[in-house]
Amino acid sequence: MEVREELKYTKTHEWVRDLGDGVYEIGITDFAQSELGDIVFINLPAADDEVTAEETLGDIESVKAVSDIYSPVSGVVCEINEEVVDAPEAINNTPYEAWLIRVKDVTDTVELLDAAQYQEVCEHE
Amino acid sequence: MSLIFEISRKGRRCAQFPDRKVHQYELPENLTRKQLDLPEVAEVDLVRHYMGLSRLAFGVDNGFYPLGSCTMKYNPKVNEEVAALEGFNEIHPLQPASTVKGALEALKQLQDALCELTGMDAMTLKPAAGAHGEFTGMQIVKKHFVASGHPERNEVIIPDSAHGTNPASAAMNGLKVVAVKSNENGGVDLDSLREAVGEHTAALMLTNPNTLGLFDENIEEITRIVHEAGGLCYYDGANLNAVMGLVRPGDIGFDVIHLNLHKTFSTPHGGGGPGSGPVGCKAFLAKHLPDPVIGENGFEYSEDSIGSVRSFYCNFLVCMKALTYIKVMGSDGLKLASENAVLNANYLLSRIKDIYDVSYDRVCMHEFVLGLQRLKDETGITAKDIAKGLLDFEIHPPTMYFPLIVHEALMFEPTETESRETLDRCAEVLRHLHDLAYSDPAYYEGVPHTTVVSHVDEVTAARNPILKYEK
Amino acid sequence: MSKYIVNSAAEQQEMLDELGYGSFEELFRKAGVKVQAEVDLPAGVTEYEAYEDMRNLAKKNRIFKHVFRGAGSYKHYIPSVVKNIVSRNEFVTAYTPYQAEVSQGVLQGIFEYQSEMCELTGMDVSNASVYDGGSAAAEAVMMCVDKKHHKILLSKGINPQYRAVVKTYHQFSEDIVIEEFNGDFEVDDDTAGIFVQNPDFYGNIIDVAAVKEKAGKAKVVVIANPLALAMIEAPGHLGADIVVGEGQQLGMPMSFGGPYLGFMTTKKDMVRKLPGRIVGQTTDKDGKRCYTLTLQAREQHIRREKASSSICSNEALCAFTAAVYLAAVGPEGLYEVADTSFQMAHYMADRLSEIGFETVNKGPFFNEFVSECPIDAGELFKHLYARDVLPGLLLSNNRILWCATEVNSKEEIDWLIDVIKEVL
Repeated sequence: MEVREELKYTKTHEWVRDLGDGVYEIGITDFAQSELGDIVFINLPAADDEVTAEETLGDIESVKAVSDIYSPVSGVVCEINEEVVDAPEAINNTPYEAWLIRVKDVTDTVELLDAAQYQEVCEHE
Repeated sequence: MSLIFEISRKGRRCAQFPDRKVHQYELPENLTRKQLDLPEVAEVDLVRHYMGLSRLAFGVDNGFYPLGSCTMKYNPKVNEEVAALEGFNEIHPLQPASTVKGALEALKQLQDALCELTGMDAMTLKPAAGAHGEFTGMQIVKKHFVASGHPERNEVIIPDSAHGTNPASAAMNGLKVVAVKSNENGGVDLDSLREAVGEHTAALMLTNPNTLGLFDENIEEITRIVHEAGGLCYYDGANLNAVMGLVRPGDIGFDVIHLNLHKTFSTPHGGGGPGSGPVGCKAFLAKHLPDPVIGENGFEYSEDSIGSVRSFYCNFLVCMKALTYIKVMGSDGLKLASENAVLNANYLLSRIKDIYDVSYDRVCMHEFVLGLQRLKDETGITAKDIAKGLLDFEIHPPTMYFPLIVHEALMFEPTETESRETLDRCAEVLRHLHDLAYSDPAYYEGVPHTTVVSHVDEVTAARNPILKYEK
Repeated sequence: MSKYIVNSAAEQQEMLDELGYGSFEELFRKAGVKVQAEVDLPAGVTEYEAYEDMRNLAKKNRIFKHVFRGAGSYKHYIPSVVKNIVSRNEFVTAYTPYQAEVSQGVLQGIFEYQSEMCELTGMDVSNASVYDGGSAAAEAVMMCVDKKHHKILLSKGINPQYRAVVKTYHQFSEDIVIEEFNGDFEVDDDTAGIFVQNPDFYGNIIDVAAVKEKAGKAKVVVIANPLALAMIEAPGHLGADIVVGEGQQLGMPMSFGGPYLGFMTTKKDMVRKLPGRIVGQTTDKDGKRCYTLTLQAREQHIRREKASSSICSNEALCAFTAAVYLAAVGPEGLYEVADTSFQMAHYMADRLSEIGFETVNKGPFFNEFVSECPIDAGELFKHLYARDVLPGLLLSNNRILWCATEVNSKEEIDWLIDVIKEVL
């Protein structure tokens, strides 16, 4: 299982990449994708929608389950990754490249973990 | 196999209809349909097509079907003959009550028998399936608290081993689900339950014997805790086949219950339905049953009813099959059925439990759950592999990966309608499959090997759904 | 022994002894069961006796020779081949096709059903059926509502039973508001869906395209009569977002109200909101075309407390029956059934109006219509029951909802008119 040093994480298995200028990129972790198995569908908000920290921003469907994706930040969605929507298997293949949404005007974030802390969370699951 | 659309040839006909010699009326042109592309086949083509499909289907009549929690018992043929009677088929649901006395009497008989068997005071046959029954039951619970001025009672306590339909049925009625853990014996953990109940408790939803096939020894303590906290107790009758004539849910503290006529009362599953999910309750809740109920004088309506949960009264023909079964079995036969269901499960378990790990090592009821985590750790062979291996021996797999609290779960429910030889053979096959996991794991690559299709690609099916025929 | 229990009493005893229990009482005691029930039911009887008993009950029901009542349950001819095929034990005694390897027959049958329902309704996707017309309408409500749209508008032209079911289903949901409208409706920002029935409960064929136009962004849900769809334009071609309805007409007897068939179809972009089971086409390891239950993650029992549907199982054998019926009648046969029903109903309306039963329907209707009864309908019905006629359904205001199908004939209607004349 891969955890990348340069990213921040949530306890609910999302990763966050700070793109600068108050824009953040959000995806789900390698651990999350391997627990879910083959991902078949992803349901995301639209551009300009607001997302709220700790609340669900969408859901992700594998063959046997649908899981919520929780937003690590509060802000406004400025971009969604259409390629991942069209081919969600990218999340299984390259979870840290397959970002889901980008959020701007971020006003709040949940308590974010660094790589070591997140590694520990996974080991206890 | 070809699809019916692919064997269609323009101009071929099967069924014919009489010309009624009135043709002068026309629909306005703008409303008229221009094209309808349905299969065109001759009768013999139609029959051979479906005979072909029947060879690719597997029912209880084809072989052993120990599908846990589904009670795949034999479906007596007399039930089908009864359900085909003209006097049951050719009656309109809105006929005057005086012209359907037999139907109403039959339904009343079934209602009364189910009340007697479960210790309930009132029963509706309306719900069309188990989940529909749960939904109806939860509506009754909700209505009871709203009508009695306690809308704050909006939590339903459900053990973590419960069927997925339980939390869904509660949530669909605006009720909040509170999960309670199982204890080391596979029953409800009493301390967790005591912590979970309170002034917001509407009900406990419980399956007993539970989904691990275990009878909760503390059952009366459990219902007492819930009642003392002001909540109701709901009995999911999925596993009633273990206790007919032995334990009545109404006698051990349950207020509302749903049954599955397609499990316990031998009506066929039909590849997924039609079923029937009657709901029973204690007298103080009877006024909330869905409209209408069948009383002494036919259909009756209550002002305090939750309303109607389906069109017309019930899955009538399914009810007629269940009533026939109850008449044949009688109180003696039903009890004997449950006794043999429990005996068969314990017998099968005894033949395999030296090599397979059972989730909770207790005397089981009508079903048991194996946990194959150790096998997986030692060999890489999973519960699914073993289940699919059974297909090579013409045994239907047990329920897989349920309940969720057991890793690598396989849930077996042999039912009372299987012989000792069938159980012995199943045990032999399971032992053989266990041996193969260690001696020849390569067998599991591509298992099953003897079926018409194998390793069906579910991932592509869900990623790029093809849900209808396209030319 | 018997009672469908296979092992003889001696074998049972041997098994009990081998397990070390000696008796059933001991077995149950060890399983933690305090046996306490005394069930007061009659002792079991032989199959012969039970069958006779049931047959006597069936005989107490009256089978009307002349049926002119519909209102959600219809008498049609069911070709023998349909009944024969669907009584095959492989289909009847199978469970839900979770094990695709041994369930291709059931799965393909349902896939064909889905394809036929899509064609009939003009939609992209169909589920594998729900309980009945009423529950199909109730389930469609959840497909329309979302975080921003909570209000459902139900036309009063919808079968009152279906409306009652929709209201019951959602009475405890805080996020769903059900309102009814008569004829015309107004949408606002909160409106999630508009529900209409076509033909409506009174037989009227309504203008679905106009409903769609007025609905704006709200979803349009059409409760359709699948038989009428052989003649009238498919709702999917008129802009419907969801089509649901009762499929009893497609090969199921009236049977006092069930089991029937609820069908649901929708557009491709709403597939993940469609409740219930769905069969999809895929391939196996050798690349062979095959079928499997798919999109299962949506399903109620998987989603548990996050479910947005109350259906778990379906009416698979009824769906299968509808599929066999549709293939047995084909497009021409289905048109004949629909057109004959249409012709008979119109002929009957004309003949009735000749003797003073004014037709209430102003526009086009299908095979049901309402007429004013010029005399006390109660008296008329008594007379008709005595002549083996199940007349139309009595509505309020002495109005009658009549129905005719292909099992009725011109001669029968002429005879009915003569019989009615006897009391005019």
